[in-house]
Order: sequence, then C-alpha cells, then structure tokens
Amino acid sequence: MDFGDIVLAVAIMLGKSLLMLVALLIFIAYALYADRKVWAAVQLRRGPNVVGPWGLFQSFADLLKFVLKEPVIPAPANKGMFLLAPLVMCTLSLAAWAVIPLNAGWAIADINVGILYIFAISSLGVYGVIMGGWASNSKYPFLGALRSAAQMVSYEVSIGFVIVTVLMCAGTLNLSAIVESQNTRLGILGWYWLPLFPMFVVFFISAMAETNRPPFDLPEAESELVAGYMVEYSSTPYLLFMLGEYVAIMTMCALGTILFLGGWLSPIPFAPFTWIPGVIWFVLKASFLFFLIAMVKALVPRYRYDQLMRLGWKVFLPLSLAMVIVVAAVLMVTGNAPGVR
Amino acid sequence: MQLDRIAQSLLLKEFISGFVLTMKYFFKPKATLNYPFEMGHRGPRFRGEHALRRYPNGEERCIACKLCEAICPAQAITIEAGPRRNDGTRRTTRYDIDMVKCIYCGMCQEACPVDAIVEGPNLEFSVETREELYYDKAKLLDNGERWEREIARNLAKTAPYR
Repeated sequence: MDFGDIVLAVAIMLGKSLLMLVALLIFIAYALYADRKVWAAVQLRRGPNVVGPWGLFQSFADLLKFVLKEPVIPAPANKGMFLLAPLVMCTLSLAAWAVIPLNAGWAIADINVGILYIFAISSLGVYGVIMGGWASNSKYPFLGALRSAAQMVSYEVSIGFVIVTVLMCAGTLNLSAIVESQNTRLGILGWYWLPLFPMFVVFFISAMAETNRPPFDLPEAESELVAGYMVEYSSTPYLLFMLGEYVAIMTMCALGTILFLGGWLSPIPFAPFTWIPGVIWFVLKASFLFFLIAMVKALVPRYRYDQLMRLGWKVFLPLSLAMVIVVAAVLMVTGNAPGVR
Repeated sequence: MQLDRIAQSLLLKEFISGFVLTMKYFFKPKATLNYPFEMGHRGPRFRGEHALRRYPNGEERCIACKLCEAICPAQAITIEAGPRRNDGTRRTTRYDIDMVKCIYCGMCQEACPVDAIVEGPNLEFSVETREELYYDKAKLLDNGERWEREIARNLAKTAPYR
C-alpha cells in the first residue's frame, strides 16, 4: 500500500462521512419540524406553517437565526470549557453514526464491535452536558448537569441489559450482522421486537431517558431549571447542544430500528416489497420510532426526579436482568443459542 | 387488586389509552385561527380604530360641538373650532386623537350627535413609532373614507338598540 492508496482511502472515507453528515442533518431538520408539528397537532394547534410551504423551511430559518445571533459568554464562565462543551456533545453524538448501517453494507465503518462503540459514544455524551453545566459557573446549569449525569448513568444500565439480550439472540456485536440475523421467512414477525417485546418497551423508555427527552427532560425542566445546562448558552453553542440532543435521539431511533425492527429489512419478505431499497425501510422505521417519541412528549407529563430514579433502578433494572436470565435459559433449553454447541 | 395494578402498569395500559386519546385529537380540526391570513368574527359594536365620517355628498359630519372631547375619560381628544372660510359654518380646524392615551371605551361615538366620530372595525393599525399614533384630522377623515362601508353597515345593524 503506497501513499496514493492511503490518500484515496481517506478521501473515500471523508466523502462517505460528509454524505452521511449532510443527509443526517437534513433529516434532523425535518425531524425537528415533525416533532413540533406532532406536538401542535395533539394540542389542536397548527405548528410552524409560515416559513416556506407548510412551514417546511422552519428549521433552516431557526438555524440561520441561531447562527446570526450574538454568542454571549458569561463573565464567571470558564471560557475554554464553556465553548468546548457543545462541541463535545455535538461531535460525540454525530460520531455514533459512523457505524450505523442504513442498508446492507452501507455503514461508514462496519466494525465488529459496532454496538459497543455506539454504547460507549452515547455514554460519553454526558460529558458534554457536565462540562457545559460546570463551565457555566451558575446555579441552574449546574443542577441540570448533575441531574442529567445521574439520569444518563442510571438508564445506561438497563439499556446495557437490553442490548445483552439482543446480542444473545443474534450471537454477534456487528450491527449489520444483528440485522441479518433477523432476516427470516417470517418478515416483520421474525424481528426481535416480538419475542423480546418487554425489552423493546424497556429500550424505548430508556432511550428517552438517556437522551433527556420528555417525559424525562428533568435536566432542562423549564418550570424549575429554566433550561437546565443550556441556560447560559446562546447562538451557535446553543444550536450545537440542541443539534447534539436531536442527533442522539435519532441515534436511539436508529439503534432501536437495528436491534428490534430489523434494520433495512422489508417487513413483508417477498417480491414487490423486497424491491424497495433497504434504506427507505430503515428511514421509515426510524421515523416511526421518532413519531412515537414525539407523541410521548405530547401525552406524558414530566416525571418527578425520585420517580425517574425509581423507574430506572427498581423497575427496569430487575426487569431487564430477569429477562436476560429468561432469554438465556430459553435459548439454552431450546438449543437455539448461536455459537453454543 | 395489587396484581391487577401490576399487570396494568406492566402492560402500559394508561400509556396506550393515552396514546389512543391523543391520536383522536391529532386528527381533529385545529382550534387555532391562521391569524394573519384569517380573522376571527368581530361583532358590529366592535370598537377599533377611530374614523371621522362624511355625509354622502362629501360634507364633513363633525360640527365641532366638542362633546367627544368633553366626555373622553382619557382626555385623548383635542379639538379646535372655527368658522370655515368659504361659508362661515362652524367646523373643526384641528381634531387630534392621541391613540396611545385612548382606552377604546367608545364614549366619543356615543356622545356624538351626528355620528361623525366612530370606532371602526379595524384593529390592525400597529405602527413602529409613537408619533404615528398621534392621529390628526386628515388621518381620521382618511380612515372614514377607507372604512365607510363597514362602519355604515355596523351602525345600521346596531341602530335598533341605540
């Protein structure tokens, strides 16, 4: 391998990443728009409908507004950390998309420990929040950051066990292989959401807690903490925080699609449906999960902090732990455990 | 009983019924008006922006009796009267309304013996400077011309009750 080959490989990788980034950001822009529209529809409002046809350019107008505003850095803040925090948050949540396969073989990096990588990266996301809350040197951001840290750590535990059950069924840590292991003749009934339904529910709820989505948005509960760790942020740094948050939510939607909804597989495994490109199925499934998350925001009130902790440690943890044991036992008894002789 | 509650919370009964309920609302017609493009109903007695009216032959209705100035609780109206140059009739030489002081109580139009000063149906007269809200006679007469049809219709509708 000479120098030219290396440059070419890097260039291809860069091109892929850029393409993924642009597609993801445009998708996020419309996810934000859909989020607001769903919320509005439930409350019998119209939602954004002025910028562009049906308000379709609202997110881009918001982006422009954030970018053009003056970034305010509070005097007591630690300037370097203060500006680094949103970057950390945004970069880390974007980095998770490197391993997500949108179609057979479409992942930028098809690594064998993909799921561990995502798990690690999404856990690191809490550093952005903590840094932001600490560097702001102000009461409410700090309280928000503390809550966020505790919350993310608690729910990571149950997400970990959920992932373990899926891994036991799939027998691999590679995301593409996990999707392929759901490729049976049963189609939608063969995906893991049906046999592992309780885990799917636990994953869905934990994903919301992990990404600080309502009803678990205590770190930024506006009635008590104004905007939590984002209080002191304005302009582009704020935009980066928001972007990081929504990218993390989409990551969780994509992860749910891969683990439980058969990734790019067609729900009905014969001719006219299998001709549709897998990426369309993937986007549809992820959008469906996002729609559910948006609906939850509209219909569930915010949890109290002790209720949140109780749900995480006293309900989800024993439940997922029990499911791990049950699934392992069933796999061993029926002899379906992959990789076990 | 306890078992019943556990089963209900494990099966997410409340969340699913909540989801069904919100989905019903999701497809209901919207409660909000699309405001700048559509307006809510305003009754014929709506008290909006002021206007000075004219008779159909173009003559000003106002006879400078100053009843509106006298009754105005916010003292927003300033009138100066004098004989008109060509025929010597008593007319206003100055008729100012300070729209910032005005409380839109409608007493001026009730006091007016000739239906000259009225509050029209217009509510979209916001401006960017305070000075633009000091209405003078020309502005008020201009409003009268612009809104005459609606004002006449509203006055006709409310006439039996006055």
